[in-house]
Amino acid sequence: MSQPSRFTIFWRTVRGRAYPRIIGLQREKSWFFFDVFLPLLQVAAYVYIYRVIEAPTEFVGFVVLGGAMTAYWMNIMWNMASQFYWEKETGNLELYIIAPTSRMAILLGMAIGGIVATTVRASVVILVGLLIFRVPMTVTNVPVFAGVFVTTMVALYGLGMLLSSLFLLFGREAWHMSELLREPIFLVSGFYFPVRALGFAIAAAASIVPITLGLDAMRQLMFPEMLSHLRFLSPHVELALLTGSAVLFVTLAQRSLAFMEAYARREGRLTVRGQ
Amino acid sequence: MPTDPVIRVDELRRVFRVRRREAKGQRREIEALAGVSLAVDDGELFGVLGPNGAGKTTLIKILSTLLAPTSGTARVAGVDVVENPWEVRRHISMVSGGESSGYGLLTVEENLWMFSQFYGIDTQTARTKIRELLAIVGLADRSRTKIFHLSTGMRQKMNFVRGFLTDPEILFLDEPTLGLDVQTARVLRDYIRSWVDDRPGRTILLTTHAMHEADELCDRVAIIDRGHILACDPPATLKRNLQREAIFRLRIGGLPDVEAAVADVAGIEQLTQTRRDDHTEIDVILDDENALGDLLGSVQQGGGHLHSLEKREPTLEDVFLRIVGYGFEEAEEQIT
Repeated sequence: MSQPSRFTIFWRTVRGRAYPRIIGLQREKSWFFFDVFLPLLQVAAYVYIYRVIEAPTEFVGFVVLGGAMTAYWMNIMWNMASQFYWEKETGNLELYIIAPTSRMAILLGMAIGGIVATTVRASVVILVGLLIFRVPMTVTNVPVFAGVFVTTMVALYGLGMLLSSLFLLFGREAWHMSELLREPIFLVSGFYFPVRALGFAIAAAASIVPITLGLDAMRQLMFPEMLSHLRFLSPHVELALLTGSAVLFVTLAQRSLAFMEAYARREGRLTVRGQ
Repeated sequence: MPTDPVIRVDELRRVFRVRRREAKGQRREIEALAGVSLAVDDGELFGVLGPNGAGKTTLIKILSTLLAPTSGTARVAGVDVVENPWEVRRHISMVSGGESSGYGLLTVEENLWMFSQFYGIDTQTARTKIRELLAIVGLADRSRTKIFHLSTGMRQKMNFVRGFLTDPEILFLDEPTLGLDVQTARVLRDYIRSWVDDRPGRTILLTTHAMHEADELCDRVAIIDRGHILACDPPATLKRNLQREAIFRLRIGGLPDVEAAVADVAGIEQLTQTRRDDHTEIDVILDDENALGDLLGSVQQGGGHLHSLEKREPTLEDVFLRIVGYGFEEAEEQIT
């Protein structure tokens, strides 16, 4: 068998690792209930709170968009960052490590498979918002909106890859970090309200998580009038910062994966299960 | 012209630091490999034989780039495993006994295809190879079964196929027949042997604690215990050294501690005893057959009676016993 090029191995790895996630959607239908229907209830709860206090309709729009983007954050935490922990427990990690492929390719495969599933959930949330909650959603600048969304995704999954490198070295300890990043991020990233409400300093600190800037920019592009006095930064500045975050996180992830793998190999923790 | 060995290990040491249960915060060191040196030639089926905890898996993990040595060097396909693990990975594959890899929702064929993609194999070649190998191991009729429906043995067969799928130059097999039924183990062993014989330039390093497996399969065997290589030769050579000695298995009733009863008998090279329900089984290596009379006399004097006596050809276990001074089971007990 002739040796395929690194490029061929990279893309075939991405395809191979995305496959179980995508095919899993078709074979295990229960995900629709747990990953789509249940999160919708949470969105609905916030929608009815805003309705009861007679908040402007745009607030419902904030919640729906936040609810859609929550799906991606959850996917990053559960199916990207901590995935190497599960792979280690099942014995797959050893096989990933000894294969002549890039860890980034494996993580990219996971990410693509995860994005497909998560986009279904996000789309359902948006559709329900439009059809049932009758949220007036119009995008004022489609190219910038698309740019913000794509850049947010790249930065977000780059952060997920960076976090996943920790699971090469740590076991359960890294779980605590995942937990720590879940609920507080829901608060400080402004999933259900404009982040500016927390004050500039907190919003700036929360911008380390790309979804903070992504959500704020997308909300401004969907509800420009409402956000005119609640915006954090202008969408163009946020897009620029997101681009910087995307480059930073992907680069850091690559270096961190290489470093952590070498370190874990020295410490003998790459294949130790039940840590 | 002699070629360089495809695997070369020099003074390899690996020390693990583990937490002490009795003293919180303190760590103790376990030396899993204590200066191992060996060389495996191109096209060889090389066995590493030793009890559980001897250092076999640690050795394979270092050679397959999963673990770094504490000191010493290891080269696989001429490449240093520490300096350039990525290059090593282009030449190797590995199968471990009791492996539980793969995704339960995928079928056998899909799982194998997925792993083939990590080596950049095109889909058509991968599918052809998967079907061919599944047929060899008798799993063709399960190719479309999701792997969470497979038995342990079937899953191990799938893992076995995964290891050979990429047609690696060097294959590491870590207890590949562990937990398999006799028939399945036989099929896999036959394939392992034919794979090396039929493909020039393919090398296997196999670890096992099954003596007959090492004896039957390997061109050469290294006997390892507590991180040290104690002997390294073809199985026949290892056993030949014992052929001038007399090896017997005796079953003795009415005397629980045979070892103590025969302690003063001259000419006993090695003796191990195992307690069974109604008798004690002893394996004994004697300098000379003439010592057997004295041994039986001492047993009788101690109140024991002979159930059976059999003279055996030397096995690799006898070789281990002769070199180390205790059997596999005893070695494992000492480690745990």
